[in-house]
Amino acid sequence: MRDAFVRALMREAAHDERLTLITGDLGFGVLKPFWETYPKQFINAGIAEQGMTGMASGLARTGRTVLTYSIGNFPTLRCLEQIRNDCAYHEANVKIVCVGGGFVYGSLGMSHHATEDMAIIRALPGVTVFTPGDPAEVEAVVPEMLRTPGTCYLRLGRGGEPTLHRQPIGEWRLPKALTLREGKDVALLSAGGILTQTVSAADLLAAKGVSAEVVSFPSIKPIDREKILELARRFRLLVTVEEHTVVGGFGSAVAEVTAEEGLPCRVKRIGMPDIYSSIVGTQQYLRGAYQMDDAAICARTMEWLAE
Amino acid sequence: MADLSYTELTHSAFPGGACDTDDPAVLAWLIRRHGLEMTRLSRGSHIGAVYSLAEIMAVLYTRALRVDPARPDDPGRDRLILSKGHAGAAVYAALAERGFFPVEELKTHYQNGSRLSGHVSHKGVPGVEMSTGSLGHGLAVAAGMAMGAKLDGAAWRVYCVLGDGECDEGSVWEAALQAHHYGLDNLIAVVDHNRMQSLDFCENTLRLEPFADKWKAFGWRVLPVNGHDIDALTAAFAEAQAGLGSGQPTVVLAETVKGKGVSFMENNILWHYRSPQGEEYEAALKELEAQRP
Repeated sequence: MRDAFVRALMREAAHDERLTLITGDLGFGVLKPFWETYPKQFINAGIAEQGMTGMASGLARTGRTVLTYSIGNFPTLRCLEQIRNDCAYHEANVKIVCVGGGFVYGSLGMSHHATEDMAIIRALPGVTVFTPGDPAEVEAVVPEMLRTPGTCYLRLGRGGEPTLHRQPIGEWRLPKALTLREGKDVALLSAGGILTQTVSAADLLAAKGVSAEVVSFPSIKPIDREKILELARRFRLLVTVEEHTVVGGFGSAVAEVTAEEGLPCRVKRIGMPDIYSSIVGTQQYLRGAYQMDDAAICARTMEWLAE
Repeated sequence: MADLSYTELTHSAFPGGACDTDDPAVLAWLIRRHGLEMTRLSRGSHIGAVYSLAEIMAVLYTRALRVDPARPDDPGRDRLILSKGHAGAAVYAALAERGFFPVEELKTHYQNGSRLSGHVSHKGVPGVEMSTGSLGHGLAVAAGMAMGAKLDGAAWRVYCVLGDGECDEGSVWEAALQAHHYGLDNLIAVVDHNRMQSLDFCENTLRLEPFADKWKAFGWRVLPVNGHDIDALTAAFAEAQAGLGSGQPTVVLAETVKGKGVSFMENNILWHYRSPQGEEYEAALKELEAQRP
C-alpha cells in the first residue's frame, strides 16, 4: 500500500508544484523516488512530529497541500494536539499519512502497534479519515483526499499487500463503500489493510456453505451510511473487521448508524479487544493471536450465525 | 461612569476621548487600560501577562508589522502569531485600537457567545492569524509560514510572541531546531521574558537559564532588549528585520516585568490568575491614569 501511495502521490505532484511532503525522518527506500524527483517539494522535519505537524499547518496556509508522513502512532498520537488545534481547527490543508496501521510493525512491540488511531482521529471534528483496504483502493483514494478540503488522515498498511479488487475502481468519491463479493447469508464489513483477511474469510465461509458479502470502507469519516443501511436491511448479521481496537473505531461507526436507525440486525465487531498487545510477532501472527485473521473471522461468524 | 459606553469609559482619560494610536506609548497605555477593563468585566485571568506584553504589542502594531486593517487578509501582510494565547487580550486590544474591529466589542471578551475567547482565537476576528491557548504551538506554525514565504520568494515576515514559561514545552525547541536548520531568517520570535509562570518564578519551576545561550546554541540570532523601552524595542525589531539574508532566525529576548504598570501587580504571581475587582480595580485605574502619555 505504501508504494501505491507514493505512486499516486507522484502522479499528483507532477501537476501540482505546491504539493509538499514532510516526513518525520522516516520512509527510507519508500519516499526516495519522491524526494529524488521533487526535491523542492520534500522536507525532512527530523524526529520531531509536533514540529512537523505545526510546520505543515503554517506551510498549508501559504496555499499549499501539505502531507505529513511517518509510521505507526508517530504522525497521529505523538502530535495529536497539533492535529486538533493547528490543523483541524484552522481547516488547514494538511493530509496526515500513517504507514503501519494495526500490527504491521508487530515484532517491534506495543509502541509500534497503531491500534487506536482510527478512533482517536475520527473523534476530531473536521478531519476526514481514509482507510483503504488494498493498493487499488489506495490509488483510488489519494486523488480524492487531495481534492478534499481541510485536514485528512490516511491510514495505510505496509508494502507488498496483494490487490484484492478484480475490477478497476476508477474514479472514487467519498464516502463510497466498495463491494468485493456479493453474498446472501452474512455481510462482512472491512476497513483498512485487514481486507486480505476479510476476503479470505469469505472463501473459508463459502467452503462451509455460507455465502458472505464483502464490503470495504475506504473512508470511515464520513462513512457510507446508505450502504450500511442497505446491508442492515438485507442481512440479519453484520460483522465488522478492523485491525484496531473495537472501541470507537470502524465497528463503532457502523453500530452508530444501525442503532440510530433502529434496524433489527446484529452488529458484531472483530478487532482488538480493549487491551494493549504485550506479545510480539509478525502482523499475521498477531492477527491470529487476537482472533482477527481469516480463520478467526470465519469461525466467529459461524458461531454468531448459529446463535 | 454607568452612563458611559465601554469605549467612552476606556478612552475617558484622554481629553474628548481622542487619542493617537500611531503613538506606541499611547497604544501601550490603551492595551493596559483595556486589559484592566476586560479582566474586570469578565472576572478573567492573565492581566499580569497582558501588562508585560503591552509595549511589545504596541511597537509591533505601530512600527514593525506591515498590516492593514482595511485588508486583513492581504497575502503580502506580515504575520503575527501570539503563541502565549492567554495574553490574547493584548492582541484584541491592539487590533481594535488599530481599526481591525470596533473597540466596543472588547467588552465581550470571555462573555457568553463572544468570538473573543480568553485565549486568542482567529475565528471571525480580523487580524488574528492563529488560535492558540495550548502552549508551545505557535513557533512551529510560524516556521511553516516563514518557510512558505521563503519558498515563494515573498517579502513578508513572520513574528511569533512566546512566553518564557512556555519555553518549558519541548515543541518550542523542535521548532527552534527546524527554523535554524531551514535558515528561516524571515522568522522573528519575541520572548516575553518576565521570568514568571503560572505558580512561581521560572527559575524555581524549571530552570531556563542560561536562556539566551540556549537560543544561541540552537543557531538563533539573539537580541536582548528592555521589553518596556519603546525606542529600544523599535531598534531591536529593525535589527531583527535586518537579519534577512543571514540564514538565521532571530529571537528578540525582551526583558519584561509581569504586571508592569501597576505597582501591586508587578512581579506578583497572584496576578497571573487574579481578576481586578473593587478597590483593587480602583487602585490600578488610578495608577494607570497617572501614567497616561
